[in-house]
Amino acid sequence: MKTLKYDIVVVGAGPAGSMTARNAAKGGANVLMIEKRQEIGSSLRCAEGISHKGIEKVGLKIDRKWVSTEVSGAKIVSPGGKVLKIDEKNAGNEVGMVLERHLFDKFVAMEAARAGADIMVKTSALDVIKENGVVKGVKAISYGEPVRIEAGCVVSADGYESQVARWAGIETVQKPSDITSCFQYRLTNIKHEQDFCEFIIGSIAPGGYVWIFPKGGDTANVGIGVLLSKLKKPGEVKMYLDKFIKSDSRLNCGQPVEAIAGAVSVSPPLDKTIMDGLMIVGDAARVIDPITGGGIANGLCTGMHAGNVLAKCAQAKDFTESVMQEYEDLWRAEMENRLWRNWMAKEKFLTLSDETLDSVINTIGEVGVEKVTVHNLLLAIKERHPELVKEFEDLL
Amino acid sequence: MIVSIEKCMHCGACVGSCPQNAIYLTDVVLVFNENCNRCGRCVKTCPVGAITMEGKK
Repeated sequence: MKTLKYDIVVVGAGPAGSMTARNAAKGGANVLMIEKRQEIGSSLRCAEGISHKGIEKVGLKIDRKWVSTEVSGAKIVSPGGKVLKIDEKNAGNEVGMVLERHLFDKFVAMEAARAGADIMVKTSALDVIKENGVVKGVKAISYGEPVRIEAGCVVSADGYESQVARWAGIETVQKPSDITSCFQYRLTNIKHEQDFCEFIIGSIAPGGYVWIFPKGGDTANVGIGVLLSKLKKPGEVKMYLDKFIKSDSRLNCGQPVEAIAGAVSVSPPLDKTIMDGLMIVGDAARVIDPITGGGIANGLCTGMHAGNVLAKCAQAKDFTESVMQEYEDLWRAEMENRLWRNWMAKEKFLTLSDETLDSVINTIGEVGVEKVTVHNLLLAIKERHPELVKEFEDLL
Repeated sequence: MIVSIEKCMHCGACVGSCPQNAIYLTDVVLVFNENCNRCGRCVKTCPVGAITMEGKK
């Protein structure tokens, strides 16, 4: 069998994996990134919204080539039709721009390649290699040929599916109330508001929401997420979305040019994202925001820290937990409190009736929110409905 | 478990949700291994209803 040797093998070439590979290679490490699909960035499994800050914070330069649409704010629509419109240029994590993920993901992978990382596409990891209980690489299949990849550290950047970490012995599976099942169309010939990312909440999407993210002109990503614990029948997620589109006069004139499905975790992050010879980044580390379901910015951020720390590990030729602890500390300092707070908020909100949601959206509008962040929305709720945020007010 | 290849969108929603790590998604095919204990979570998770349990309608 063909055997390859690297300091680091990254499994998965999404934004988190590519960011890890880029920064590790920049720091002088010998890096291989493998991607099971034949095309990086395809097929799409994302609503594609991110803030400018989310991209710039990790040192990437925004390039219009992979920005589909800039938006000037967000619209939150309650079950009874109350609209909270937040118009702003400097948005939080959830709005700002809508990407072309098939181009963006390739762009970050190219950055990794230019930094010196090797890339193999159509190459799936099948299992981890373990010696005396320590991860030493991955067994993979590349264009149908088995290949053994030995490495000081395996990076699990394999997204929601996240099997690498589980093969290594870290449990990443979530409970049904922490999983959202999603379906999305790219609809064209519709009459949505082209400047705003729209979120429609309530029983039309139990435990989740419907989104309309503009993709330029009369086209948008129109999707739905429903909490797994609220689903009863097979295939219900697509049915919920079809029903919503049919009922909305702006959308029911539209036609799909793409349909995608997927799942996201809406859980607190993993307790542990390192072990000797293994690091977990991005969606695999369960760092998706439990309120918004947004994962690109947090994924990039974990990838940046992972790559930086791994470069040091490669220099020291030491990939033990004690050295990689710095990665764990860095990403937790940046987002752990926020993820826990938003998870607690999600747990609370999914108990609310449509009537309560109407009243909450109404009163947030009265308080006024200048900048779209979950934090700001929760602060506004605290002012009028303190009982809703009581359980996590110390995190506000 | 039976996967409808006509319905499956290869999205991996069932893979990440499986408590047994019994489902594997290659580039284009979904495979169940012997760890599957027919808990049915994948049936509910699948956004398009592509998975059914043998012996159940």
